[in-house]
Amino acid sequence: MWRARTLDDDQTMTAETAARRPPAPPSKRTLFRRRSAIPGFGLTMGVTLTVLSLIVLIPLSAVVLKAAQQSPAEFWAVATSQRSLAAYRLSFGAAFVAAVINGVFGVLTAWALVRYDFPGKTLVNALVDLPFALPTAVAGIALATLYAPTGWVGQFLTPLGIKAAYNPVGVTIALIFIGLPFVVRTIEPVLRDAAEDVEEAAASLGANRIDTILRIVLPALAPAWLTGFAMAFARGVGEYGSVIFIAGNMPYKSEIAPLLIIIQLEQFEYARAATIAVVMLTVSFTMLLVINAIQAWARRFD
Amino acid sequence: MAAASHRRATEDPLWAKVLVIGTVMAFLALVLILPLAAVFAEALRKGLDAALLAINNADALAAVKLTLITAAIAVPFNAAFGLCASWAIAKHDFKGKPLLITLIDLPFSVSPVVAGLIYVLIFGLQGWFGDYLVDNDIKIIFAVPGIVLATVFVTFPFVARELIPLMQEQGTAEEEAAVSMGASGLTTFWRVTAPNVRWGLMYGVLLCNARAMGEFGAVSVVSGHIRGLTNTMPLHVEILYNEYDFVGAFAVAALLCLLAVVTLVLKTALEIVQPGVRGRGGH
Amino acid sequence: MTISIRSVDKQFGRYPALSKVDLEIADGELLALLGPSGSGKTTLLRTIAGLEFPDAGQVLFDGEDVTFASAADRRVGFVFQQYALFKHMTVAKNIAFGLDVRKGKDKPSKAEIAQRVEDLLKLVELDGLGKRYPSQLSGGQRQRVALSRALAVQPSVLLLDEPFGALDATVRKSLRKELRRVHDATGVTTIFVTHDQEEALELADRVAILNKGSIEQIGTPDQVHDQPETAFVCGFVGEANCFEGQVGGGEFKAGALRLPAGGVRDGSATAYVRPHDFVLDDGGFAVRVDRAHVQGALTTVNATAADGRPIEISASRAEAPRFQGTVKIAARKAHVYAA
Repeated sequence: MWRARTLDDDQTMTAETAARRPPAPPSKRTLFRRRSAIPGFGLTMGVTLTVLSLIVLIPLSAVVLKAAQQSPAEFWAVATSQRSLAAYRLSFGAAFVAAVINGVFGVLTAWALVRYDFPGKTLVNALVDLPFALPTAVAGIALATLYAPTGWVGQFLTPLGIKAAYNPVGVTIALIFIGLPFVVRTIEPVLRDAAEDVEEAAASLGANRIDTILRIVLPALAPAWLTGFAMAFARGVGEYGSVIFIAGNMPYKSEIAPLLIIIQLEQFEYARAATIAVVMLTVSFTMLLVINAIQAWARRFD
Repeated sequence: MAAASHRRATEDPLWAKVLVIGTVMAFLALVLILPLAAVFAEALRKGLDAALLAINNADALAAVKLTLITAAIAVPFNAAFGLCASWAIAKHDFKGKPLLITLIDLPFSVSPVVAGLIYVLIFGLQGWFGDYLVDNDIKIIFAVPGIVLATVFVTFPFVARELIPLMQEQGTAEEEAAVSMGASGLTTFWRVTAPNVRWGLMYGVLLCNARAMGEFGAVSVVSGHIRGLTNTMPLHVEILYNEYDFVGAFAVAALLCLLAVVTLVLKTALEIVQPGVRGRGGH
Repeated sequence: MTISIRSVDKQFGRYPALSKVDLEIADGELLALLGPSGSGKTTLLRTIAGLEFPDAGQVLFDGEDVTFASAADRRVGFVFQQYALFKHMTVAKNIAFGLDVRKGKDKPSKAEIAQRVEDLLKLVELDGLGKRYPSQLSGGQRQRVALSRALAVQPSVLLLDEPFGALDATVRKSLRKELRRVHDATGVTTIFVTHDQEEALELADRVAILNKGSIEQIGTPDQVHDQPETAFVCGFVGEANCFEGQVGGGEFKAGALRLPAGGVRDGSATAYVRPHDFVLDDGGFAVRVDRAHVQGALTTVNATAADGRPIEISASRAEAPRFQGTVKIAARKAHVYAA
């Protein structure tokens, strides 16, 4: 009885409150921001945008403006000269091959780090980040020394007729070194978070371990793998320090695109340098878009 | 009858484990350990004294000094920027947030050589401010300011990209509580936000510093390679190497290797102290 | 299919998850494993599925020893609490997976698989959703997909681990009915794990109650509710007032409370009285009524005994006005267990 009455009271109250409530306030939204209780937005956003513009955006636009000083025909001639094309082929080709190799070994490394226990695991885990921590020039001279025909590794390759330094193979080796952590570190957290119950589900449905890995585990890793691959590739395309010592730097043969920029600069051909830079920037931005698209695509399945 | 002999559904057979771990170890040894070992072996090829001599000379010490100065400017600058940007981005809501984050990340996708080039185009002799700088006798390119600028550019996102996801994860409840109790913005930041993100900040600073001290491509473009004046350690390594002074080059390189090893040790320690500190993805 | 669990032991590190568990499950039965978290019920279910292996003991399917057979070889349908759907596959692909991974002549034709998927989607009332991805479904729908995926391989036994645990109350109720319906339609031996006694009592033919890795009692829902064999079962299944006291000469005493305790040895003991087993009785003991609360057809009374013990009484709605001030009550039924 009293329960029913309370209910009625409640309803009356609600109706009254609603009647007394002032009309909804206009949504407090300034130009592009919702009002927040936390202060400091104006100041920090102002500083952020200013510094970002001064350090990154305006200087980057300088390269575009410089390249635009030429006529389209001039731009096109420099951007697509035989020497430039050879350099792109090397930079993109070596970066692609290195990213593929890292794609394979990166998955294995991430898998071992997440799924297995083995002696020295902490050390291996720390070591994977070495390319992030080691200055690229150091990596470059070390790799050049190792893979030179008389080096620790090179001496075993020479009798086999393999030349691994001062040619595109050398470039690829350097880019494998540089790109490895990108692949491992993008796959690893996804693998760590992946619930093991889907693998158990696959097993209980009769799938053997290989089917489970090929049809369940690897497809689920695909977005992370592609992201890591794209990051390693993008880094490889622009890489300079670790490559330059082992590349050989022969025009048309073993000359990477960033080196071509430096060569133009040393000849004071600023517009030409900017032209090649614009081509490389375009590729970088495309890769960024690709990476974002992969991640947006992956989120659809979550 | 022991359970250990029976493989669970999510466990790989022993032969697969051995194969994978073996392959990974062999690959990492070839790609990562061997180069590290080669640096020290080459540095010590003519004995410790020769190596120490290569480090203990005016040019090498000048390079060390310049590297330290560069990092001492670039790292705090980017740390301050990172704190500022992450406060604006993570603790507030506004349109275009993903775009802003992408723009901050941009320097990671730009080739270091291009990073150097852009400053040459602005501050170089033929650059936007070339005439003005010459008239007023200000040197940026082929001088320390250019090196610092290029270093700031390539290490620009490190701290910000570490802090933004961290602060976003922590939400705004604690800050709102502090503000509602009458704390000012600055007090809220120092007493509430900063203690929550200090490990992440250290992590970002660590990685930022390693890259700042080790940067080669960008710095190489703006430096001019003037010995004793505009040579950082990585550039000094290059010069010695190209002069076939291998012991010297690898001795200085070994110093940089030690920096890398210390960075990795501290990084691992931070990850053990604060397991959530590692950001997603690579740098 | 009949399932026999014979004195199964399982330890995780130093923590015993199952100790000496015996259980017989009849063909076509719907059995609930009920217990608090950490009671070993999920471990038992996973042992039956082949996702865990016992340290000792045997698991028999139709008399055949499958103790160490792999999950893939057992043909069990397993439904996970968090669905464990394959996110990158459509609903139809998810359901077809178990048939799709079969090899050689065991593998049905494409048309057969498609037909089977169609039938299963109909069975769980998801017709037309085969092309969706799991991310486009609600929680309840996802669990239905998980159920039909498990049924697709025509399992000899269907195992469900807290199948409704991640769902909200309304969806849970409707899925419960659904599971019963699917079970009756397929006749497959079904075992499900739950910590929700209402779910177990409503849905199952028999309930096995687990505590600390052992089975406390197995019986029909009525049996475990009305004739609890152990103090744990009495306390865990259904509402009960719990009294610590002494047994002497066939009588249990706790404060003013007196209960018959034939067959219980003298000494300290615990008595359980269901709220609805307390009735107004002028020959009983006095309690002070703190609150009488009418809910539907029942009155729930919170009262306090003379020695300060809280007592919960459940009476009919009509009796509500009589629970005022101090009233005298007696227990018409009680369960007394020696400590």
